[in-house]
Amino acid sequence: MGGSEKPELIINGKRLDGRTSDQLRDIKIEVGAVRNAVGSSYIEWGNNKILAAVYGPKEALPKHVQDPEKAIIKCRYQMSPFSSLEDHGRTGPNRRSTEISKVTKEVFQNVVLLEQFPGSEIDLYIDVLQADGGTRAAGITAAAVALAASGIPMTDIPFAVSVGKVGSELILDMNKIEDNYSDADMPVAISPRTGEMLLLQMDGNLTIEEVNRGVQMIKKAGEAISKIQRNALKVSYERILEKYKK
Amino acid sequence: MQIRTVTGDYIKDLLASGTREDGRDMLDYRSITVKPSIIPNAEGSAEVTIGHTRVLVGVKLGVGSPMPDKPNEGNLITGAELLPLASDSFETGPPSPEAIELARVIDRGIRSSGMIDTKALFIEEDKVWDLFVDVYILNYDGNMFDAGTLAAVTALSTARMPKIEDNKVIREGNLGRLKVSNTITSCTFAKIADNIILDPDRNEEEFMDGRLTIANDENVVRAMQKGLSGSFSPKELENLMDITFDKSKELRKHIERAKSD
Repeated sequence: MGGSEKPELIINGKRLDGRTSDQLRDIKIEVGAVRNAVGSSYIEWGNNKILAAVYGPKEALPKHVQDPEKAIIKCRYQMSPFSSLEDHGRTGPNRRSTEISKVTKEVFQNVVLLEQFPGSEIDLYIDVLQADGGTRAAGITAAAVALAASGIPMTDIPFAVSVGKVGSELILDMNKIEDNYSDADMPVAISPRTGEMLLLQMDGNLTIEEVNRGVQMIKKAGEAISKIQRNALKVSYERILEKYKK
Repeated sequence: MQIRTVTGDYIKDLLASGTREDGRDMLDYRSITVKPSIIPNAEGSAEVTIGHTRVLVGVKLGVGSPMPDKPNEGNLITGAELLPLASDSFETGPPSPEAIELARVIDRGIRSSGMIDTKALFIEEDKVWDLFVDVYILNYDGNMFDAGTLAAVTALSTARMPKIEDNKVIREGNLGRLKVSNTITSCTFAKIADNIILDPDRNEEEFMDGRLTIANDENVVRAMQKGLSGSFSPKELENLMDITFDKSKELRKHIERAKSD
């Protein structure tokens, strides 16, 4: 946060990539990107490229992790070592990815009907192939579609996006350079049906008023994101229908 | 040996009737103690108790190398150990996701508050101070986040600053203090069924659905973290931020008192 040679991030009301403060990057979601998975999706969110895949429900192993009353979710978020413009990254979990895996798992524990699969595990893999800021939110958005595509029952299809702050202006959906030099970052996941927040993280500095306004910006952006998620699922079902018509 | 027999229904029934196991109100802290400088060998230290939760933070400074993307800044490195001696629910082995989350949330609060100027930890080219903040849980009875932040901020705010003479690190004698320019604290809430309570103890944490930590200084929110599968509404968040700003005044007093000791 806040390097010494901070670039001007907003010029004449426009951001470096030409967006307005409350404008999302382009989002494309494709269902069924991983053939072997029970459900999967590929998301391009701006320059982010992320795969999400679901395996299971299957017997939870090792046995001691089994919950006799419900399924457990195992989640692994990972960035590929070639995903950023910087040096080659290290493979394997680090503290950041461990935390993101944990909070992502917790988002889906809220919406998946785990009680229907006692003793089982549901595996959720999120692999970031190219990163340009906001990968945890894009990963959650993609994973929600992969889960829905897997047919595992859920109460809702959550979405996630972050709000940041540059100077005194709140900006939606920061890319990498904005994230690097912003004054705050607040990623939030919401269940659109209830409006409840399933992921809430924040660092930097925000007044109470800015937090409230940021949450409202995220809710509003969610309408567009949800539409893209649902449309991706619809397209995949139509494709299946086509196949059987022939 | 103590056999644990508390059930979720018991905790929930108590909350539904407006009380808690130890008789506290929903938005009360347990009693808090803060003792600075209890490990004289460390550059800074503090022991904090919140009820039966006991946390020790040690601060050490050493000479290290800067991160490639920040060649003119020192490093703040925060770790947390859920020592197996502190609870039968903690196990030996590499840091669990819970320990990593705890360390990263405490770290985010400290970092975002700007209380440590990492540029002031620059020594010379390719040589900077590593500032280690180690959070040791000594006894677990819930709410490690607030106890950990309180102990870390107290330890930093009372730490001495070593110096380098003839290429040697001098850690004793006539030393100044580590420069600290802000004070942050955190408030952690638990959601159990429809009840939201401040400062959950161990029994309450065992049955909580969601957890929300809000870290702030006198003026703004500096870090937040929601944990577990439970959710919070925007309205609840708004309310909990107000409560946090109110409760943090008392927490900050503990740090001020420790500093003037």
